[in-house]
Amino acid sequence: MRSSEGQLPAAARLAGYRRPLPGTQPKHLHPPYASSLKRAPSRPLVYLPHTLSEITGPVFGAESVDVKAFDLTKQHSGEPAGERIIVSGRVIDEEGRPIRRTLIEIWQANAAGRYRHKIDQHDAPLDPNFTGVGHTLTDSEGRYRFITIKPGAYPWKNHYNAWRPAHIHFSLFGPAFATRLVTQMYFPGDALLPFDAVFNCTADEKARQGLISIFDWETTIPDRALGYRFDIVLSGREATPMEGHGGTR
Amino acid sequence: MSLTATTSQTVGPFFLIGFDRMSQKDLAPPGVSGERIEIVGRVLDGDGAPVADAVIEIWQANAHGKYAHPEDLQDKPIEPQFRGYGRCATDDDGKFHFATIKPGRVPGLDGKWQAPHIAVSVFMRGLLIRLVTRIYFPDDPANGEDFALKQVDAWRRETLIAKKVAGQEGAMEWNVILQGPGETVFFDC
Repeated sequence: MRSSEGQLPAAARLAGYRRPLPGTQPKHLHPPYASSLKRAPSRPLVYLPHTLSEITGPVFGAESVDVKAFDLTKQHSGEPAGERIIVSGRVIDEEGRPIRRTLIEIWQANAAGRYRHKIDQHDAPLDPNFTGVGHTLTDSEGRYRFITIKPGAYPWKNHYNAWRPAHIHFSLFGPAFATRLVTQMYFPGDALLPFDAVFNCTADEKARQGLISIFDWETTIPDRALGYRFDIVLSGREATPMEGHGGTR
Repeated sequence: MSLTATTSQTVGPFFLIGFDRMSQKDLAPPGVSGERIEIVGRVLDGDGAPVADAVIEIWQANAHGKYAHPEDLQDKPIEPQFRGYGRCATDDDGKFHFATIKPGRVPGLDGKWQAPHIAVSVFMRGLLIRLVTRIYFPDDPANGEDFALKQVDAWRRETLIAKKVAGQEGAMEWNVILQGPGETVFFDC
């Protein structure tokens, strides 16, 4: 291999991804969230312009996906307990362009607010008919859809009488290493939201509100399940290649 | 007019139920070309205590310096069996490990090739947004001219460079130190 010699390819001149506007993403240290105190880095981050390593990223296609995994209510012999819901939406970039065939992973508590995880010791029942894990690929328009159970709120040890509002965890890769996102979807009207240290970690009010799904008649199935809509926006592309990109000397 | 990217939230303490399916600790099945390496390490918090509920994800080029991604337009061979993606949760001692191959060099932004490196994301309870860092390789002469390493103060660069494990061919140690002396360099990516 003689990769250190010769001309750099055109790939070196690809545009990077946009950085977030101030306040629209959390800082690592957020003192109201107690777990961040010993885990957030103490030194400033070092700015890394996006190279080919950041504008590429893992690609997962149909071979990585179980086509039935979008339905979390059909993973066991019986129906899970709780309120059946449809969670759907689109994955788009900051220009509104669809992110096609991208992997979404979700996990959540059951209707009683208990995760099927060995360290969750909340005194609420496990549901033999609910694992709380799903995944899917977006379609050619960036759309996705899950069928699941509305998760319950649960207590946690962040501070006295702390409770997490009902939420579903979402993990997305998007088109690049730079677009990787893990977030949480909440439900409209949840009385716990104003008190939650995780939900409130993002300074920008509009960005926080973007985590709250919208009740949706259109995707509600009569006599069957209520619909909630949750659109996810991944970082958009820089309009032009960055200064200093590529060039062969 | 443009939208604002969705804000990040922590993976929380129970993410493993969701992340386990896509765990990938061995990236290079037999037949994949390149120098076989094993990366072992630990994640330690501000008290030096092991973080038993972290997950490390890695992304790397193949031995030719080619990413398995449609935007890598370099005229270099793709190896269908090598995807370049890894994911490993830490154990009770905060340990993780990957078996892979040393990546080749990929282009940087300064008109030069980058030193071989692996891109890393770190997730855990307590992190509201992932940490991004890189793994570089010991004794690689290209480290001295690497574009990203040059962004880092010289005295902190060694936190990004794995160390050989004595007596174990191909094994190297690279740790994630979240705070304090020896704190790993994390990137704004």
